[in-house]
Amino acid sequence: MTSTDVAQPPQGARPAGGAPALRFKNLNMVFPDGTHAVDNVSFDVRPGEFVTVVGPSGCGKSTLLRIASGLQQHTSGTCDVDRSSIGYVFQDATLLPWRTVQRNVELNAELQGMDKATRLAKTKDAIELVNLVGHEKKYPKQLSGGMKMRCSLARSLVLQPKVFLFDEPFGALDEITRERLNDELLRLFQHEQFAGLFITHSIQEAVFLSTRVIVMSARPGRIIGDYQVPFDFPRQHDLRYEPAFAELCGRISNDLKDAHA
Amino acid sequence: MTALDDMREAGAALGNTVQALDNDPGAPPASSEPKYEFWKNAVPPLITFVAFIGVWYLYSWLKFDNPAQRRNALPYPHIVITEGFMPWWDDKNGFRPILGYMWPTLQITLMGLAISIVFGVFFAVVMNLSKNLERAFFPYAVVLQTVPILAITPLLTQLFGEERGVRLVVTVLIAIFPIITNTLFGLQSTDPLHHDLFTLNKVSRIERLRKLELPSALPALMTGVRIAAGGAVIGSIVADFFFVKGDKGIGYYIRTRQQKASERPEMFAGTIMATLFGVIMFLIVGWVTNRAIRNWHESAKKKS
Repeated sequence: MTSTDVAQPPQGARPAGGAPALRFKNLNMVFPDGTHAVDNVSFDVRPGEFVTVVGPSGCGKSTLLRIASGLQQHTSGTCDVDRSSIGYVFQDATLLPWRTVQRNVELNAELQGMDKATRLAKTKDAIELVNLVGHEKKYPKQLSGGMKMRCSLARSLVLQPKVFLFDEPFGALDEITRERLNDELLRLFQHEQFAGLFITHSIQEAVFLSTRVIVMSARPGRIIGDYQVPFDFPRQHDLRYEPAFAELCGRISNDLKDAHA
Repeated sequence: MTALDDMREAGAALGNTVQALDNDPGAPPASSEPKYEFWKNAVPPLITFVAFIGVWYLYSWLKFDNPAQRRNALPYPHIVITEGFMPWWDDKNGFRPILGYMWPTLQITLMGLAISIVFGVFFAVVMNLSKNLERAFFPYAVVLQTVPILAITPLLTQLFGEERGVRLVVTVLIAIFPIITNTLFGLQSTDPLHHDLFTLNKVSRIERLRKLELPSALPALMTGVRIAAGGAVIGSIVADFFFVKGDKGIGYYIRTRQQKASERPEMFAGTIMATLFGVIMFLIVGWVTNRAIRNWHESAKKKS
């Protein structure tokens, strides 16, 4: 696949406007041990865009997020992003086990020095947004996997970030929970208007969530497919069973087969 | 926010969280049959205890033909009670003087343990700051543990005097090592993703320590304290043995009763009291640990 295959922007999707919130340009990442993780990757994520990167395990997808967030220095190229307004959702919920749900959701705001009154108000909103009302006093070990992930989402939502990075957040969840959280994440996306960059190896999840899907090859990770997703928002649960949806998943799946060949 | 806020949080607001646990429909029925629970916990160790006493009687009976000889070597358990612990309340003999000797030992043990916790955690935190600091200091933490304390008794006496000071030093020398190693292990076992999370929030070193590393090291730290509690008891009793000026402790009592065969039951009584003291310390620390981390740590799960 080449960039000529890029489809037209989806009709009815919210206009993705303005300057890019996140821009990768000719990005390269070679680790000190010689592993070439990211090879000449360029793409933008604009506010109101939800871009998902799919690819085989170990193709450097997560490295992209670590570079975007500043956890990792890239070797060449540029990565433009306002790091003061980033939300990062890890593979694991990464809740502090000694803090209650309430105190975990407060954490980012607390560490960044938000004043207490604002912090508490925003925490309350975030807990409502992810449907955890009534569980504020529970400890992580009392929560199910899905609830932990919601708590983790809420922790980032408190900061109302302009750029939201998701590192395979639902990979460890069962299919039913994953689909429900996908539905909720879409609702949040429409509500919060962030620029989203999502990593997954589930093609269905990628197509369902995104306005654009980027396919990466195995190491060294480079872009081998790029699709605009033409489905309108708000998207309904049943979209997953429509022929057009399946057809797009099929095309991405074929790209990924090539990626392994 | 005070410095130990998160530590306190880790050892959380017990009242309301316990309530939250109780409200959880998924939580196991806590105390449906409390009496049955009690016996289930008490019977197994009771059986072991009875068996132990039985073996004591048996061995003492088989080994010694002469009752006087037996009494002065391995007296029957009931003789330990009637001649070691009795009379219960007398100024000169029996249980009350033993209690009197316990008091200085108890003081030294608690003070030594407190000092060990403060300095042990401090050194662990320092060594956790950088690999080089760890390389610089850790070998000497090991040396603290391995130096034969009794061999340097004269030196210690000269350095710290023969009263409280030197007894505290001996106690701390024994108790501090498990606290240093366990706390350091706990600090270094902090989840790397949690570290990433804190890095993303651009926290200061001190805030990372306070809100992340120390709370996550708390279970390991408390394991260290539990081991150190036993060590502190032994340390203070050993110190009683060899540094005999000032208030005399239970170690002194045991040592002087050792020297006369006719006082063998008293020696046993003193030893039993010292042992019980160690057990009680162990139980108290275990109880405190469980209170502090039971809301969030897997190790605090109830056993069936």
